[in-house]
Amino acid sequence: MDLLNNLYIGFQTSLSLINLWYAFLGAMLGTLIGVLPGLGPIATIAMLLPTMYSLEPTSALIMLAGIYYGAQYGGSTTAILINVPGEASSVVTALDGYQMARRGRAGVALATAALSSFFAGTVGTLAVAAFAPPLTTLAFEFGAPEYCALMFLGLIGAVVLASGSLAKALAMVVLGLLLGQINTDVITAVPRFSFDIPELTDGINFVVIAMGLFSFGEIIANLGKPAEQREVFVKRVTGLMPSRQDFKDSAPAAARGTLIGCLLGVLPGAGPILASFTSYTVEKKLSKTPESFGKGAIEGVAAPEAANNAGAQTSFIPMLTLGIPTSAVMALMVGAMTLMGIQPGPQVMTSNPTLFWGLITSMWVGNLMLVVLNLPLIGIWVRLLTVPYRFLFPAIMAFCAIGVFSLSNNTFDVYCAAVFAVVGFLFHKLGLEPAPLILGFILGPMMEENLRRALLMARGDWSIFVTRPIAAVMIGLSVILMIVITLPAISKKREQVFVEEE
Amino acid sequence: MKIKSQRDFVSGIALMIVGAAFAAGATHYDFGSSIRPGPGYFPFGLGILLAILGLFILYSSLAHDRENGDPIGPIPWRPLFCVVGAIVFFGFSLTRLGFLISFPIMIVMTAAGSREFAWRDALLNAGVLTVVSYLLFIYGLQLNIPLWPA
Repeated sequence: MDLLNNLYIGFQTSLSLINLWYAFLGAMLGTLIGVLPGLGPIATIAMLLPTMYSLEPTSALIMLAGIYYGAQYGGSTTAILINVPGEASSVVTALDGYQMARRGRAGVALATAALSSFFAGTVGTLAVAAFAPPLTTLAFEFGAPEYCALMFLGLIGAVVLASGSLAKALAMVVLGLLLGQINTDVITAVPRFSFDIPELTDGINFVVIAMGLFSFGEIIANLGKPAEQREVFVKRVTGLMPSRQDFKDSAPAAARGTLIGCLLGVLPGAGPILASFTSYTVEKKLSKTPESFGKGAIEGVAAPEAANNAGAQTSFIPMLTLGIPTSAVMALMVGAMTLMGIQPGPQVMTSNPTLFWGLITSMWVGNLMLVVLNLPLIGIWVRLLTVPYRFLFPAIMAFCAIGVFSLSNNTFDVYCAAVFAVVGFLFHKLGLEPAPLILGFILGPMMEENLRRALLMARGDWSIFVTRPIAAVMIGLSVILMIVITLPAISKKREQVFVEEE
Repeated sequence: MKIKSQRDFVSGIALMIVGAAFAAGATHYDFGSSIRPGPGYFPFGLGILLAILGLFILYSSLAHDRENGDPIGPIPWRPLFCVVGAIVFFGFSLTRLGFLISFPIMIVMTAAGSREFAWRDALLNAGVLTVVSYLLFIYGLQLNIPLWPA
């Protein structure tokens, strides 16, 4: 069977000693940043990219992927133990997980989270492996108009699922697209918006923007807030093993969560976050004892954890098959691939099968590592939570500064990062979200090229986007998304979700 | 007219200015036509779109009520100055003074941005981070970073 053969190729790559090491390193680093406050996967990936030039692309991507799902995992650990969700997707886990911990069932909650995540990760990996090849085949049918429409759908989706004001998120995407216009025009080779600064004719490096906005800007904003007191509630975690009844309660919830996560993860924007919220709501609706939710119901931990992990896996599908990122983290992965000389897109599967399948299977390997290694290490993570921020932020700053400089051994990048630090801080103050900007920035040049090609093909007739069936479907979906989200009932519900999240 | 959301009011104006600036800048490049779009085509359209979105956000800041005026809040000048200053200093001094001098100073400057700043902690932190970074990036990853004053 093809699938088995592909998985075999993949495991040959991902089980090599060197790749096992990078999957391990990524998963550990991810868990670490998931646990630590004020440092997310976006900042970490941006910080580490410059050091990855020397790595083999496959190993580098395996490590980056490990950071991404490791962070989801670490985020749930803090959600359960101290009611502080490390990542947005583990917000729901905190609701019941923390209550379980308060009742002395922290160990069971952590084990449930880990086991449902692992189960979901396994199914998610299989889903990616099964659905990636047919989608790739479809992607070869795509011309410029289809790609353009698809990117449009992706950007709209990212906006709709961003938290806060729709207009502001949309403005951030457009600003990102505009910043992506600072470059040399691919078609006519005219330098644009460069103000005769030679460094700007190649465009601003996305790492500089990501670091400025996400690391430096966040640091400034965090320092402006009153000191946060993190009280570690559980000093020692004992009794990890869930009882038979716990298994009976949580297994169906985890299965449903996995299904929801696999489906919603593919959506652009906040796939895993949306998945965890939806699955929690579903469990509450299905439960015979809905009143136990919020008071330590084990289903309330199993379902969202399964959902966000499954979603994290399947959110790789659009990036791997079409080369189109649907979230800021995926945008960084696309950027990383480009930096390493791999053009993301449907051809990766055929031209780099070991990379493609190696990456997919490494996700399963990484998930297994997370379960096997992390449960015994819980004590260390708990202790890490007590590291004061005044030691932490200079370290983040230090690694970022070295990273920015070594991007191209140029101090110009460092000055650029300083500018984006101020911008990032302003965004924070004004309630503007930087994630859609990064997505727009990465997609900008691709989208422009495809738009101009499409218009050239159609001799300037914009109707090409609605007369070609695949493109029309995507434009239609985008319009429906926009209409649905502005309906009063939905927009109210949406506000509720994101208010709860904060 | 009353500003009902300070944050949206300022965001709206800022976005309008940036959008207009990009659109104005784009007029320096060949616009082309829809049949053969030039390098100015896409950025001009996007600039206008951003300005319109900014206008919309500005309008909503005057039209829709928010809780307690959605204030921007005080600006933390100290961390802003220290962190940005540290980055600029690092960029300026790295190639001139070298990593071993420039890096620890940057760490101390950054640390000074916190209200919990203490010389002992900051110096300790700078020492540890310099050694770790040296071992990791310069010795381990062999990144090309000047060590000593040029």
